[in-house]
Amino acid sequence: MTSRKNNSVIPHALQVDQKNDLFILFFRRREAILPIANLLTWVGKDSETYRCLTMDMKRDYYEDIQLCKTRTALVLTIALFCCLMIIPFLLGDYNIYIVNLIAIHAIVAIGLNILVGYTGQISLGHAGFFAIGAYTSVLLMVKGGVPFPVALLAAGFVSAGFGFLLGLPSLRLEGPYLAIATLGFGMAVTQIISHWDFAGGHMGLAAPKMSIGPFVADTGLEQYAIIMSVAAIMTIAAINLMKTRVGRALVAIRDSEIAAEAMGVNVLKYKTLAFAISAFYTGVGGALMAFALAHISAGSFNLILSITFLAMIIVGGLGSIMGSILGAALLTYLQIKLQVIQEAPIVGPILLDISKRFFTAEGLPNIQSIIIGGIMIGIVIFEPLGMRGIYLRFKRYWRMWPF
Amino acid sequence: MNFFMDLIVGGLAIGACYALIALAMVIIYKTSEVPNFAQGEMAMLATFVAYTMMANYGAGFWTSVIITMVFAFALGALLEICFLRPAEDPGVLGAIVITLGAEMILYGIAGWKWGANQNPFPVPFSEYSGVTISGVVITEINFWTLTVSLAVMLILFLFFRFTKLGTAMKAVQQNPFAAKAMGIPTRRILTFTWGLSSMTGAIAGMLIAPIATLDPNMMLDPMLKGFAGGVLGGLTSLPGAAAGAYLLGIIENLFGGYVSLEFKSVVAFGVIVLILCVKPSGLFVKHYKRKV
Repeated sequence: MTSRKNNSVIPHALQVDQKNDLFILFFRRREAILPIANLLTWVGKDSETYRCLTMDMKRDYYEDIQLCKTRTALVLTIALFCCLMIIPFLLGDYNIYIVNLIAIHAIVAIGLNILVGYTGQISLGHAGFFAIGAYTSVLLMVKGGVPFPVALLAAGFVSAGFGFLLGLPSLRLEGPYLAIATLGFGMAVTQIISHWDFAGGHMGLAAPKMSIGPFVADTGLEQYAIIMSVAAIMTIAAINLMKTRVGRALVAIRDSEIAAEAMGVNVLKYKTLAFAISAFYTGVGGALMAFALAHISAGSFNLILSITFLAMIIVGGLGSIMGSILGAALLTYLQIKLQVIQEAPIVGPILLDISKRFFTAEGLPNIQSIIIGGIMIGIVIFEPLGMRGIYLRFKRYWRMWPF
Repeated sequence: MNFFMDLIVGGLAIGACYALIALAMVIIYKTSEVPNFAQGEMAMLATFVAYTMMANYGAGFWTSVIITMVFAFALGALLEICFLRPAEDPGVLGAIVITLGAEMILYGIAGWKWGANQNPFPVPFSEYSGVTISGVVITEINFWTLTVSLAVMLILFLFFRFTKLGTAMKAVQQNPFAAKAMGIPTRRILTFTWGLSSMTGAIAGMLIAPIATLDPNMMLDPMLKGFAGGVLGGLTSLPGAAAGAYLLGIIENLFGGYVSLEFKSVVAFGVIVLILCVKPSGLFVKHYKRKV
């Protein structure tokens, strides 16, 4: 009994020299994998896992605000960028379209997460900012003849201006009162746009093509290039922003407004700033959406859209950039796929049969709201941290594996 | 002058519907601090049940109403048991997300079951004829809407004031822990609250359905207006919320009559934002500032 215990994995793994300890856990025959292990060690030596095992703490403020904290993170980030550059060539047109929508929704989700997840405010009116961004850019390009990059930035800044205005009443409101105020804003924007003849009224507007100088984005692939670059830049900007003084002020306001104020955080400034930044992201997302869909109409910027944005960050994880992207990806994909659920291989015919017997067949796409609603509730009840919570738990489990 | 009075009467009638929804939301908000965004869809589903009873099973109007009330109570209680009870201390945002999720589920079910068709909702009251008092026409449906909403408010008032169950609900509202210590089954009270609120909402749904047409989107706008009215009056006071909802209905109708019909729904939310800037907790409620 005792001898078996001595030979078991756990003590053995901890007894070996520190250099390759991680990999011994997975590969018992170290000689065979030594070259790979050495390479992985170079990457892994700097990793969080390694730091955890060797009690290697952060010693410096600048270590904490680095973009890529560890070598592993750097390698993974580079790998991710390579993937983003390669995948459009592997996907068909339709899949590129889906990825474009995911990237746009990820921008919006990051923006909303800055407001809801980091600053702790509630917004049910982001469809309004989305609409403002979309209409600003398209109107500027169609009626004003402004080039695309300028129109894109202008969409962001006009939207941010409205965000600042909406941020002002939020200084005194909280909880459901803030929810209804933002919701009212969103509804009002949609109503005004749909009655505004200059903006095409109910019929909407056709969006021109995106173009930067001589480069005109005709196909989905070229759109992907523009949309994904903007998304990447804005993601990195958001990650960096959250590590600065501004980001910490926002988090302080979320955790306790009164305490933050007592510590010298200018609540008025940072709350309105959070609204403005969030609106900026959403406005840029809306502008890109207008070009990706090539047509905008006021009816599509409804309350359901605001709820979907909120669902994205709840599902992904509040207060997390990665969570926003994951949530946006999952919900966008689900939404598109569930629209055509009757074409799914096995489930489709069964559901169609059920629909014909008990429900109505033409109402079948409504199943997407049932599923998305179910996911929202399930996440709040079972996994309040969202997909990021699942990731963190998985990571912790992996790090502490034998125990 | 007659035009003005007509607008007031119309505003009061639509305000009565808003007031019922506002009451339904306030009943839940006061007991559990959950702003119930699913209220409208709950009412819509209940109204669809009444419609199906009448259209498909040939039940009489009043039979359908009674069956609908039972269904609404069960639906509200079910939502509380399935969705809110398992969530432990979800916070305001979590609660909003849960009710929004419930809203989407109910909306999806209604859309799946009844499609997007617009169905007429038959009621035994006329929408056009009615009594005329010194030149002002009060149609039968407006009259009954006003009467029913006032009656429901009276019943709720009496219920909270004079019955043991109502008193228990008030106790849970004021201090759940003390109420529990006193032997009140707080969880069952919460479930009952949801049922009661759902019934109130269902009445509103059946009053709105004849004016609008019955489809899954029917209650979206009235629910938001009802909520906005409740916020206008103050979400922590039943009479305040009802008064706010009536006020909102009148303001909206006057604006629609005199200024612009197109921007009728915009003005409601504009007014809300403006008033909340001045009185952050609503018109008829004392603002309670959170301390450290």
